[in-house]
Amino acid sequence: MFDHLSIPLVAGQLLIGLINGSFYAMLSMGLAIIFGLMNVVNFAHGAQYMLGAFIAWLLLNTFGLGYWPSLLIAPLLVALIALAMERIVLRPLANLDHLYGLLATYSLALIAEGLVRQRYGSTGLPYPNPMPGGVNLGFMFMPWYRLWVIAFSAVVCFGTWLLIERTRLGSYLRAATEKPDIVESFGINVPRLVALAYAFGAGLAGLGGVLAAPIYQVSPYMGSSIMIVIFAVVVIGGMGSILGAIATGYMLGLAEALTKVFYPEAANLVIFVIMIVVLMARPNGIFSTSEAHR
Amino acid sequence: MTEVQSPLLRVADLSAWYGESQSLHGMAFDVRAGEVVTLVGRNGAGKTTTLKSIMGIVKKRTGSVCLTTTELIAKRTYEIARLGIAYCPEERGIFSSLTVRENMLLPPVLQPGGMDEAALLAAFPNLSRRAASLGTKLSGGEQQMLAIARILRTGSRLLLLDEPSEGLAPVIVKEIRDLILRLKVQGYTILLVEQNLKFAKAVADRHVVVENGRVVDQMDATTFASDFGRVKAYLGV
Repeated sequence: MFDHLSIPLVAGQLLIGLINGSFYAMLSMGLAIIFGLMNVVNFAHGAQYMLGAFIAWLLLNTFGLGYWPSLLIAPLLVALIALAMERIVLRPLANLDHLYGLLATYSLALIAEGLVRQRYGSTGLPYPNPMPGGVNLGFMFMPWYRLWVIAFSAVVCFGTWLLIERTRLGSYLRAATEKPDIVESFGINVPRLVALAYAFGAGLAGLGGVLAAPIYQVSPYMGSSIMIVIFAVVVIGGMGSILGAIATGYMLGLAEALTKVFYPEAANLVIFVIMIVVLMARPNGIFSTSEAHR
Repeated sequence: MTEVQSPLLRVADLSAWYGESQSLHGMAFDVRAGEVVTLVGRNGAGKTTTLKSIMGIVKKRTGSVCLTTTELIAKRTYEIARLGIAYCPEERGIFSSLTVRENMLLPPVLQPGGMDEAALLAAFPNLSRRAASLGTKLSGGEQQMLAIARILRTGSRLLLLDEPSEGLAPVIVKEIRDLILRLKVQGYTILLVEQNLKFAKAVADRHVVVENGRVVDQMDATTFASDFGRVKAYLGV
């Protein structure tokens, strides 16, 4: 049954799994931060990821700004757009049912996708690889850029986890996730904290988009196609759990890759099968203990 | 008896709503600097809502809440806190995802006199032994101490305490009572919601009786002690 297995095949798939897992972790972490603090299922997250990639493409093709400056500028611009979204659309919905936030962000995602599609078409646009070449590991060829994506996203995930778990700002965020009124009664401007957290989560999505641009085609649909997986990651990890989002993101990327090796027909289904099993066994997600945020 | 001073907090014609449901109907009372004042009344009378309305946690409210000369009614909760009012909620508001130490040091120092970690641990030695535990792993009494310690960090001199004795063993209630008396000696002004009349009698200078979202009576400590039947009649006990 497994006669086709070889070290290069398994290693290659694990590499793809790690790369996908890196994107899953980074995106679902932003989604978890936003859900934890705002109780908003941010359906615009995929669009914010797509905008990050498109802004990087525009910066390159309009202003001649390459990948490295885009890595800073594009997420900042996405965060600024998100700040405006939070102020104009989400804040007035803050005291209503979750469904309103979900529908509003879904509408915003469709608007963003439609605008980009109308202006640039639906065909994927190429983005040059900023780090060509790679290293021969003996059993496989490892492209530098993919190695960079894995390492950089791991640093971003770890840095974000540190920010939330080990800093004063992070303790405000964690506390505001539980009891925003009490945090505000300590003199902390919680509405501003919420806006910044939303912008930060969206900025992470934008950063993911810039990282993805040289690997995948830059397309208006790149966000919607990854979004459903990201939701599954967050549901499996536990809604609002940062550590859960990171760990589950990597685990599911690898699970998907290994399924491609052993039973390729199920590769697109495995994440959702895991999600159903987890929902049945632990409806609040794997990391949803009372210490879910730690 | 505390020396009579000008009102530090003046509540006038305060009404408040939860959605369409009106909970307060023109509350009016004063709290003078250095006083301990209790709001007493039956369950659902509007005592907790009064504290939350002063603090801006209940958003839909009208009337006037003045801290000395500053009108608070249009201000946000964080702005009110920065003016020097601290609030300790009935359910204590301990954060389950934070340790005791993180809970205690979460509020920023907003006013001169806010306690640092060493001062807080000296004042609440029990908490130092549990500093690394998660806040909600503490006993009810320890959680109450933590909730009070936490607001002392802000440096606010006007403390709003919502039922600090609720659900605690008598020995812990005595500790909380002694703590409030110590704070009073240190010059803190305290507005207290309390259902435990014995506790209220032991700590307060004045008592404001609340019924159906209105003030129906006010009495000083002497009257409260000497005419306890009147108080019990209000509370139906």
